[in-house]
Amino acid sequence: MSIESTIIAEIHQIGGEIEKDLPPLTDDLVLLDSGLDSLAIAILVTRLEDTLGLDPFTESNDTPPPVTLGEFIRFYQNAAKLSDVDSGQAG
Amino acid sequence: MPPNCLTSIRDKLGNGSDCSGRFLWGVTATVCLGDLLRGTNLGDRLPELSGRSVLLATRDQLAAALALIELDGVARRLIVCPPDIPSVHLPSVIAKCGVDAIVSDHDLQDHGGLGGPLRFTCSTAITPVKGQEVEHRATEWVLLTSGTTGAPKMVIHSLGALMAAIDLGQNLGSDVVWGTFYDIRRYGGLQIFLRAILGRGSLVLSSASESVADHLTRLGAHAVTHLSGTPSHWRRALMSPQARSIAPCYIRLSGEIADQASLNALRSFYPEARIGHAFASTEAGVGFEVNDGLAGFPASMVGAHGEVEMKIDNGSLRIRSARTALRYVDAGDGVLADEEGFVDTGDIVELRGDRYHFLGRTNGVINVGGLKVYPEEVEAVINRHPAVRMSIVRSRKNPITGSLVSADVVLKGGPDPNSADGQIADFKREILQICHQSLAAHKIPATIRCVPALEIAAAGKLVRHHA
Repeated sequence: MSIESTIIAEIHQIGGEIEKDLPPLTDDLVLLDSGLDSLAIAILVTRLEDTLGLDPFTESNDTPPPVTLGEFIRFYQNAAKLSDVDSGQAG
Repeated sequence: MPPNCLTSIRDKLGNGSDCSGRFLWGVTATVCLGDLLRGTNLGDRLPELSGRSVLLATRDQLAAALALIELDGVARRLIVCPPDIPSVHLPSVIAKCGVDAIVSDHDLQDHGGLGGPLRFTCSTAITPVKGQEVEHRATEWVLLTSGTTGAPKMVIHSLGALMAAIDLGQNLGSDVVWGTFYDIRRYGGLQIFLRAILGRGSLVLSSASESVADHLTRLGAHAVTHLSGTPSHWRRALMSPQARSIAPCYIRLSGEIADQASLNALRSFYPEARIGHAFASTEAGVGFEVNDGLAGFPASMVGAHGEVEMKIDNGSLRIRSARTALRYVDAGDGVLADEEGFVDTGDIVELRGDRYHFLGRTNGVINVGGLKVYPEEVEAVINRHPAVRMSIVRSRKNPITGSLVSADVVLKGGPDPNSADGQIADFKREILQICHQSLAAHKIPATIRCVPALEIAAAGKLVRHHA
C-alpha cells in the first residue's frame, strides 16, 4: 500500500472510531477542518509511526507542520525518501 | 510597592494608571477596564459578598474575569471553578470550603444538592456602582486541580503568592496585548490574566466553544503581542492556516514538557518572537522560566540560592519559594510542602550534560495535551473485557499532544497472543468500544498491543516504568 493510501485508510479508520462523518479527503482540505480534532490527529500520527515506521513531526525540526491533507501526505513521503524506507508507489 | 502590600487587584488597577484604553476581550463581549473601575458586573450586591466564602462558577470566561477583579479583596475566600468541573463534585467543594455564597452567570439549581449558600448573578454587562463602601481584606484564593479519584483537589493561594513571579517592571507598555490558549480559571491561565491586569495591558480571552482558527483570527484582530499556552496548544495552532494571522513578540509555553522540536518549530515560524518556557504547577507555583530556546533547564539552577530554591530528591524536582501554594483545603489531600517548605512537583528530571530534562511524572500520570490521565482508571476499564487477564497503561510520546495513552494487554488462555490474529483484532475492537463507553476521549488508548505477560515486582504489583 502506498503512503498516501495508508494515510487515507488510517484517517477513515479513526473517523469511524470517533464516529465523525468526514468531508471528501481532498488535497487542499485543512486538517483541523477535517472533522479530526488535534487528539485524533495525534492518534493518526502514532498509528502511522507503527505502520510506516515514520514520525516526520519529531524528525524534521525546522519544517513548519503541515496544514492541509496534501501537505501532510507529502510530509510523510519526503520523510520516507530521507529515511530510505521503501515507500511503495508513493511519490 | 512590593506585591504583598497590595490590598487587592482592584486597588492595583485603580492605582493612578489610566485604564480607559485597556480591555478584556471575550468571544461575545468586550469590557473596558476603566468602565469596570467605575461599575460592577454583580448588580449592586458586592457589599453582601463582603467576608464570605464565595464559589465562582460561571460558563462565560469574561464574566468570571470581571467577578475575580471585583471579589478579590472583598470575599474572605474565593473558590475559582474551572469550566469543566463535573457538577457531581460541587456539593463536596461547597461543604469542604465552607461556601456561603455562589456567584454564577447561569442557574445552578438544576444540579441539586448544593445546599443553602446565597445566590448571586454576574454577567458581562457593567452597570454603574451606587457608591457603597465595601470593607477590604486579604482574600484567600482556592484553585481546583484534578486528583487521583477524579474529585478535585482544592489548593489555597494568597494573591501575593499568585503574583510573586510577575515582574511588574516588565511589559509595562500600555500597548501590550496578552492572549492565552488556557482558561484563566486554571493556574497557567490565571498567571496570564494577572500579568495583563496588574501590568498595563489588555487580554484576549479564549473560549472552549471556539475553533482554533477563529481564536487565532480574533487574536490577530486584536494584534496580540504576548501569547501563552501549552506546547500542545502551540502545535495545534501551527497546524492552522490562521497561525499566520498573528505576530506575537513574546511566546510562552508552560503546563507540559517543552521539547526541542516544539521550540524549534516556533522559532522558525515566528523568527522575531522571544520564546520562553516556564515550569509551573498549581501547587508549586511558577518555578522558573527558561529563555535560551533550549529544552530542559540549566543544572546550575538546582541548589542555587535565590527567590526560588530547587533540589532533586529521588529523581523528582522539589521547589521552595514564596510562590508556592499555602496548603490544601482538605487535609486528606496530603501535606503540600515538606518540613523545610519544599513542594514535591512530582516531575522526574534527569541530568544530561549541563541541563536537566523532564522525563515524566512520579505517579505515572499521563499528560495528554494538558489533560491528566491516571493509568489505573483506564486499566480498570480495559480489564472489564472478559478475555483480558490484565493490562498496563503507559504514556507514549506524541509530537502533537506531548503524550498519548497506550495499553499492553495480556489475554486469558494461550501464551502466544499472535496465534489467532483475527480474534485478537476483534478483542482490540471490543476493548476500544468499552473504553469509548466509559472514558473521555483523551483517556482512550491510541494503541493497544497484546503481549504474552507483564512484569510483576516482588511485592506483587505491576512494574511501572514511569520515566
